[in-house]
Amino acid sequence: MVGKVEAVNGGVKPTTTTPASSETPADLAPPAFSFRALKLKTKQQELLIRVTILCLVYVLAFIARLFSVLRYESMIHEFDPYFNYRTTLYLTQKGFYEFWNWFDSESWYPLGRIIGGTLYPGLMVTAALIYWTLRFLRFAVHIREVCVLTAPFFASNTTLVAYFFGKELWDSGAGLVAAALIAICPGYISRSVAGSYDNEAVAIFALLLTFYLFVKAVNMGSLAWALASAFGYFYMVSAWGGYVFIINLIPLYVLVLLITGRYSMRLYVAYNCMYVLGMLLAMQIRFVGFQHVQSGEHMAAMGVFFLMQVFYFLDWVKYLLNDSKLFQAFLRITVTCAVVVGAVALGVGTASGYISPWTGRFYSLLDPTYAKDHIPIIASVSEHQPTAWSSFMFDFHILLFLFPAGLYFCFKRLTDATIFIVMYGLTSMYFAGVMVRLILVATPAVCLISAVAVSATIKNLTQLLRAKNKAAGPGKGATSVKASSKASLDQSLPFQRNGAIALLVGAFYLLSRYATHCTWVTSEAYSSPSIVLAARGAYGNRVIFDDYREAYFWLRQNTPSDAKVMSWWDYGYQITAMGNRTVIVDNNTWNNTHIATVGRAMSSYEDEAYEIMRSLDVDYVLVVFGGVTGYSSDDINKFLWMVRIGGGVFPVIKEPDYLVNGEYRVDKGAAPKMLNCLM
Amino acid sequence: IDLASQIVRIATTLKVENAGGDPVSEVLFAFPDHQAKNLALLVATTTEGKGKTKSSGGSLPIEAVHPEGMPPALTWYTVSLPKGLGKGESLTLDIMAVFSHLLRPFPEKITQGDIQLVVFQDSAHYLSPYEVKRQSVRVKLPEPKVESYTKLEDTKFSGSEITYGPYENLPPFSYSPIAVHFVNNKPFAVAKELVREIEISHWGNVQVTEHYTLLHDGAQSTGEFSRLDYQARPQVKGASSFSNLVAMLPPRAHSIYYRDEIGNISTSNIYGDSTKTLLEIEPRYPMFGGWRTSFTIGYGLPLHDYLFHSEGKRFLKIFFGCPMNEMVIDNLIVKVVLPEGSSDISVSVPFSVKQGQETKFSHLDMVGRPVVVLEKTNVVPEHYQHFLVHYKFNSLSLLREPLMLISGFLFLFVACIIYHHADLTISKSSASYLAKLQWDEVQASIQQVLNIINRCIATHDKVEASLRDLSRTGDVQACKAARKAADNLWKELSKDLKPLLAFLQSSPQAVQILPKVEELVAKERELQERIMSKHSTVVDCYEKKSSGRDIDNRVASIQQKITALRQEVDDLIEVIDEI
Repeated sequence: MVGKVEAVNGGVKPTTTTPASSETPADLAPPAFSFRALKLKTKQQELLIRVTILCLVYVLAFIARLFSVLRYESMIHEFDPYFNYRTTLYLTQKGFYEFWNWFDSESWYPLGRIIGGTLYPGLMVTAALIYWTLRFLRFAVHIREVCVLTAPFFASNTTLVAYFFGKELWDSGAGLVAAALIAICPGYISRSVAGSYDNEAVAIFALLLTFYLFVKAVNMGSLAWALASAFGYFYMVSAWGGYVFIINLIPLYVLVLLITGRYSMRLYVAYNCMYVLGMLLAMQIRFVGFQHVQSGEHMAAMGVFFLMQVFYFLDWVKYLLNDSKLFQAFLRITVTCAVVVGAVALGVGTASGYISPWTGRFYSLLDPTYAKDHIPIIASVSEHQPTAWSSFMFDFHILLFLFPAGLYFCFKRLTDATIFIVMYGLTSMYFAGVMVRLILVATPAVCLISAVAVSATIKNLTQLLRAKNKAAGPGKGATSVKASSKASLDQSLPFQRNGAIALLVGAFYLLSRYATHCTWVTSEAYSSPSIVLAARGAYGNRVIFDDYREAYFWLRQNTPSDAKVMSWWDYGYQITAMGNRTVIVDNNTWNNTHIATVGRAMSSYEDEAYEIMRSLDVDYVLVVFGGVTGYSSDDINKFLWMVRIGGGVFPVIKEPDYLVNGEYRVDKGAAPKMLNCLM
Repeated sequence: IDLASQIVRIATTLKVENAGGDPVSEVLFAFPDHQAKNLALLVATTTEGKGKTKSSGGSLPIEAVHPEGMPPALTWYTVSLPKGLGKGESLTLDIMAVFSHLLRPFPEKITQGDIQLVVFQDSAHYLSPYEVKRQSVRVKLPEPKVESYTKLEDTKFSGSEITYGPYENLPPFSYSPIAVHFVNNKPFAVAKELVREIEISHWGNVQVTEHYTLLHDGAQSTGEFSRLDYQARPQVKGASSFSNLVAMLPPRAHSIYYRDEIGNISTSNIYGDSTKTLLEIEPRYPMFGGWRTSFTIGYGLPLHDYLFHSEGKRFLKIFFGCPMNEMVIDNLIVKVVLPEGSSDISVSVPFSVKQGQETKFSHLDMVGRPVVVLEKTNVVPEHYQHFLVHYKFNSLSLLREPLMLISGFLFLFVACIIYHHADLTISKSSASYLAKLQWDEVQASIQQVLNIINRCIATHDKVEASLRDLSRTGDVQACKAARKAADNLWKELSKDLKPLLAFLQSSPQAVQILPKVEELVAKERELQERIMSKHSTVVDCYEKKSSGRDIDNRVASIQQKITALRQEVDDLIEVIDEI
């Protein structure tokens, strides 16, 4: 695999190989002639090489993600994907209408959950469509296989989008490098290995597609591309809550263009079409509904939309009024009016409650310390923690160095497109720093910008080499070698050629290290399904701990079909999907009080806990204990969060009761309340 | 009576004698109703001869009958003898009866650490409508541990065997109830339902898939289950449970898998030799009394071991029952999936089953595959016997699916080609479309120009080559001929070039590129002239027979220019190429 990646990187500059062949001829005429014959088709050759590289990258992106299937089996990973799998199963069995109106009584007992109205259906619908298509083509595949392979499939598609985006930003060389980089970037692989059937799997594709289409629309000023980007946005909205990033980044980008005086008709067409249509389409998703006009997070887009109209209006007036003084006065009045009207509208909307304020999650994105103080349930999830430097290095590797270099190149050649990618890169890098899981959103930007750096550097270096070759090539065959070589030596710095070669070798070495690193990370860190654990036995053999599934399957087979299982919310989705039993709380943490009740039950004395559980009709309690096998993320480990979340709603539960001198102990020196609670 | 597992096997050896006058062709025998309703298999055979020359005949036909005037709560069967039994003649009959679910656990609920006790009830006297002259009963137990057993006279208990009798001269319908309460920790694995799917592929594989719904049908487990205790001492703290099952698969079984609804189960092992393949599987958790589980195993078998030809028909000969050791199956469904296009299907099974038909759709099926469905309740390991499915199948149908795939791809490519060549523009008069058309033309003509230039350059090379030949051979005439040919070619090419250049000049789209093209043409022409002058100089020199150095000196300045021009032309071609 590594070799292939190198081939991909090496082939990025297909034309570099051709001058090399012109150097060789010692006996001149025949080789020169055949070289001419080849040269005729340089374009086709380049196209062929480009398409071949793209195909290889496409396949590579797919197979690099199959480690988990080879190491373990074709199964769904982690927690959330189990819910997605369950809903997809329901969708394929019962049809879309039933799915849309599904009231799920198996979760959040006794409240239940309206599935159709509280999820992003994009992923399920995509998988179901793939499944139905395959069925239509008479391939009798199981829906599980489709779900498992959805993420790699979309990752492959993302590489294609990355290629076109890179081509739009810089040139096709950068596009190819971007495709190759993103195909194996660990930051993206972590969320798209086979089996991680999560919203992000298709959402990154949708995100990049929307951005690409929008940039294309801005570049072309074409209504068709803007329309396409609106549909891309619709797909993104239907797939992932991260669409908020798009609906804030694009207005921000437009605002920057306006401020830097790059306003154009193209921008006007692109943004208006994309925003209006995108908004209308997004309202069709029930979970999103009218948020585009009602929630604070979406107001920026609307504000910029109106600003655009004001701009356009001013342009028009300017065109009508030839007098610049009059126009200045008019400008002042209009701008003041517009700002005042906007502020008043926002103020009235917020005050009357029509426009909802920003949600906690949004705040926690902007301010990393917010969640810790206000929303323990967000802070309790490990992937919501601020990112450590090591994980940046782990996920980006050399891209981390190439990113600033790419930014330099982008600033050197500022266009509408490069401004966009710079803004995308910078904002997403900030968010990646705030939350570990948002590294994912930053990955495409980092890959694209790094690709610009790689491509531009290599192009410069090879041009240097080629210039040399050109000067030297014909000179060799001719009688007067000295004259021509003298001439070319004069133009250049000493050792330039050797320096260029050294730098090129260095660049390829770095890229090959990147490929090795990515392969290693994928196979070692990101291909574990986390529901099945594997370890090395004493003799180097593989030991598989399949205890989770053992428990879930026991629940499925040996409990009454209406049994209610209480567990900490992490396991909710898995119990409903694999155990097929009703749970009290699950990973869709929409009702904090309910979760707090469970946390309270877990951390109360047994008799009190019994009362709470009776009131919830609980038949079984599932707790995970990893003491025997040394599994560290068990419920004892999570217990303090139960206490914190329980205590957040029920002040009876106090965190200090469970600590000894501010320490968390679970042995016999633990706090008495800790020893006697249900857990 | 063999009680060594959960299945009760009663092997009865009868020596029947006709004491009446008329020849007898049938023998009646009975089981109590509570046993008869769990009867799984009943086989009667005769043995002829004595001692070592014993030879067992085939099994005899058995029928259930309802004779009148008999005591209630008995179920009657009759064996038809191979030939009538005359007066005073005798015959030895072996009757093998296999019962499932006959052992009742007592106590019915036990905890994790308890051992499992079961009760078996029967009669010490042989239940028969005939007089019994001499009779004994031997009860075989799995372990030499017995909680209690009915003690009659002549009862012996030794090792793991209890013997009642021999009793002599019993009247008809004599009955003496016995009960044995003993330890039986053998797996009480009962498959509530087993669906076996046997799918034939004429590409060389028989795929068998078996879906089990399993239940531990022994004493119910109550109280808590401690995994730690079980892990530490499975023999003591889980004696009544079983954690593994062994399936005896046919030899050469391959691609074996073991999974359930939520994924692969990693605890299984395979041992194989040339006569069998042993698959040892462990359910996800140890099975205690009353616990259920379900799983699927699947394996492939080589087709030629199981499929044969006869009289234009094919027949499949494969096992009916389940390969698991000592497992009782309450409801067995065997589905034989024949290849698409099979016809004239008939089945022959050595025992009575319910037959049905359905259709299954698999990969690339158009009309579906015919499926023979065979159902049977209460199946024991003795049912692991061959059965036959006859059908007709045309080998050419095999090629249908590959052909379908090939034609599918063909259509895809053809569609791509058509799309590529078709003009799908909606408005043919729009400005951008016209511009595009013009641009295409411009590009085409530029390509032509480039072709011509390249041919010119090729001619240059030829002239140069002729010069080199000249220096080697000194053949002035050949060199001149080459020059002439080149001249002609150049003329033709420049003629061709004219209309193209004219077109480019007229086209508005070519404004940007035109100067470059013109420059290229000019440079090329200059190059042409230089080469010609070089050629004439060199030829001149040769004719004057000047020295080599002299020629070099005279040519050097021209050569330098030629090289520079050539370089420029190359650069220009590249620039134009990239546009």
